[in-house]
Amino acid sequence: MEKKAEYILGMKGITKTFPGVNALSNVELKIKPGTVHALMGENGAGKSTLMKILIGMYPEYEGEIFYNGNKVQFKDIKQALDIGISMIHQELTSIEHMTIAENIFLGKEPAFKKVWINEKAMIGKTKELLDRVGLNLDPKTLMKNLSVSEKQMVEIAKAISYDSKVIIMDEPTSAITDREVDQLFTIIHELKKNDVAIIYISHKMDEIFKISDEITVLRDGKYIGTYKTEQLTIDQLVAQMVGRELTDLFPQKKKVLGEEVLRVKGLKKANAYRDISFHVRSGEIVGIAGLMGAGRTEVVNSIFGLESYDEGEIEFKGKQVKIKSPADAINLGISLVSEDRKRFGLVLPLSVRENMTLPNLHLISGFSQLVSKRKEKNIVNEMIQELSIKTPTGEQLVKNLSGGNQQKIVIAKSLLRDPDVIILDEPTRGIDIGAKSEIYHLISELAEAGKAVIVVSSELPEILGLSDRILVLHEGRLTGELSKEEADQEKIMRLAVGG
Amino acid sequence: MDNLKVQTNESGHGAPLKKTFKVNGNLLKTYGLVIALLLVCAIFSALSPVFLQPTNLMNILNQVAINSILAIGVTFVILIGGIDLGLGSYVAITGCLAALFAHPNTYPVIVPILLAVLGGVLIGAVNGFFVTKAKLAPFIVTLGMMTIARGGALVVSEGRPISNLSYSFNLIGGGALFGIPIPVIILAAVFIISFIVLKKTKYGRYIYAIGGNEEASRASGIQVNKVILSSYIICGALAGLAGLIQASRITTGQPNVGVGYELDAIAAVVIGGTSLMGGVGTVTGTVLGALIIGVINNGLDLLNVSSYYQQIIKGMIIIGALLIDRKKTK
Ligand SMILES: Nc1ncnc2c1ncn2[C@@H]1O[C@H](COP(=O)(O)OP(=O)(O)OP(=O)(O)O)[C@@H](O)[C@H]1O
Ligand SMILES: [Mg+2]
Repeated sequence: MEKKAEYILGMKGITKTFPGVNALSNVELKIKPGTVHALMGENGAGKSTLMKILIGMYPEYEGEIFYNGNKVQFKDIKQALDIGISMIHQELTSIEHMTIAENIFLGKEPAFKKVWINEKAMIGKTKELLDRVGLNLDPKTLMKNLSVSEKQMVEIAKAISYDSKVIIMDEPTSAITDREVDQLFTIIHELKKNDVAIIYISHKMDEIFKISDEITVLRDGKYIGTYKTEQLTIDQLVAQMVGRELTDLFPQKKKVLGEEVLRVKGLKKANAYRDISFHVRSGEIVGIAGLMGAGRTEVVNSIFGLESYDEGEIEFKGKQVKIKSPADAINLGISLVSEDRKRFGLVLPLSVRENMTLPNLHLISGFSQLVSKRKEKNIVNEMIQELSIKTPTGEQLVKNLSGGNQQKIVIAKSLLRDPDVIILDEPTRGIDIGAKSEIYHLISELAEAGKAVIVVSSELPEILGLSDRILVLHEGRLTGELSKEEADQEKIMRLAVGG
Repeated sequence: MDNLKVQTNESGHGAPLKKTFKVNGNLLKTYGLVIALLLVCAIFSALSPVFLQPTNLMNILNQVAINSILAIGVTFVILIGGIDLGLGSYVAITGCLAALFAHPNTYPVIVPILLAVLGGVLIGAVNGFFVTKAKLAPFIVTLGMMTIARGGALVVSEGRPISNLSYSFNLIGGGALFGIPIPVIILAAVFIISFIVLKKTKYGRYIYAIGGNEEASRASGIQVNKVILSSYIICGALAGLAGLIQASRITTGQPNVGVGYELDAIAAVVIGGTSLMGGVGTVTGTVLGALIIGVINNGLDLLNVSSYYQQIIKGMIIIGALLIDRKKTK
């Protein structure tokens, strides 16, 4: 046993299998105190699994874990938290009916005699933590009343509230705004000064190069290597992650525009958006940009019948239509890939196959209304291949897939319907760079096949790379429309902030 | 690669609105229930001169004591996201168990009391074990336990009522202190303790947390299985207490008693605003729910409504209460 170990944390020879899946084989990870260590790899590479082993969520694994030079083996999460390791989980884990303070201090409430909760102390400490992460909210606000990004900031506050020596951040920025990312980075810098080590997982390359000191790469559950960030270029990193050279992220194809398919006239919803008019033609990709909270999601949800609208008209192929529910939209041939996959996109305890075919059973059941197992398997397997979804079989439960692969299932689901209009709301959130490129090519192929495509995205390169035309929303109003040729990041930003 | 995102923060926006909404939904719910209770009381006092008489009111409290105690117990289980369908049978078996040891001049009265409660604890522990360790659905486990306990009651009593119980034993269900029936006093104690446990202790907080999101609770380091197990034990123990009161009140250990009690208890919980999905609810609501059911039963009796119609009316009221609740919380 050393006095002070060079590494605060070491994982050696970690192997973990799930039924049918070799999630990790012989992986190692060494973390120095006071550094930010990025863990990189494609969707399903095993990043989250490795971290769940570290935090004690999967007590059964092969290999060894060292903390401060001492071998440790956590039976449950509590032991890991107590010793000084905490984690921001990739999937939000808040308890909706409880307050911010109750959520942050869950499991470690300040208490008199270990029993009686000291509400006052808890509120006070929460206030401090919220200030630290830049949230100006009442600690007694219920979680269900927060926006997704606010919830994520609360998760961050919770992770730092443990005063841990190692903090794992599994995609902490996939749902927060730029300003909040800056806030997070400031916090990370403070933590580093206090010798805290951060394990940072993200699919956003710019963040990795901005914040990390070292990078460990996993591919297909295997350890590829550990590098100093400053000695690596983005291209080298990507090559290590995907195991091949990645050529153009965005497809470059000339497109032919066809007839107008969808037209929206003067759409209005109180407190959300107003005066929204635009159209999409067959073969066209229209991007919708704007700040978070600008009303982009509300607009597309209304078109899809997921939310109501107060005024305005929707025309589909020249005919005025009333869309009151998603069923109406689907029958017309409109489909939506929702940004909130947990709520609208997936039934987690069902299999990949069942999720994909749930809204599409008419495709595989003939006149008899019986589902043809063979047809079902075929189309599901085709989709799994086409989108390179990483799952052992179509029978795997969706909740066991990595986050990025879950997102691909949502997309597959709506593609199966063969819609005329396909709306994608943040289609690549949490998706790795290889899969991103696949999805971009897919979107462009859809347009080539004559579909009208609407893409809502907060990532400017994505909007710019994909769209033929870009609409910008600011506080519920259309502030501009840019053609592919005239658009650049700066112009979009200016319109997005209302100027 | 430039990954500039089009997002500046808009948080804070909308926050004042949220605050007014937040004004404690629970409190609002409780007021609604109190108003509903006063309303049914008003209706019955207009229809029957007897209703408001103190003896009748005390009678109602005495009548609802058993259902309220059961309902408080099952509130714990429902809050945590489970269910217990066996309450009526637990009442029977623990009552019989107590009665066996309550004959005059045999054991001190504390023996049957402890046996009833410990019997309930044991039943709850078995339920909790199968739910947490064997990962069986609570619905199924407690459905099985319902018939097991009923059969057990018939076995220990050899299928016959156990009568000839001691005077002191019969006081538990039939006696009074300063004019207040002892079951009502027991109920008050159970209510106050449960209220404090759920509201003020870490343990209570964990019950809500687990019912709200089990995975998240686990990720926060809560020993989820232990807490779930304990909630079934609490439910069982209170069922044992109810069984004790029941046997004492009818001065017999009756193996066939308590059929359908679980439904009344769950109805009280649901009317009281506890979500069957877990995570939301209060014992105050539960007791108010039990009182509403009790007042309606009593009022209809006073009005000589036939018990056939009473059942129909009760069912409609349960559904109606849920409808109103849905409207309010929407
Ligand atoms: N509980 C589980 N049961 C079965 N398979 C699982 C389970 N959890 C993860 N897996 C599988 O293990 C592999 C690694 O998943 P993991 O979630 O660690 O990936 P990841 O690197 O975090 O990906 P992402 O970037 O998409 O979040 C995947 O193939 C996944 O399907
Ligand atoms: Mg992951």
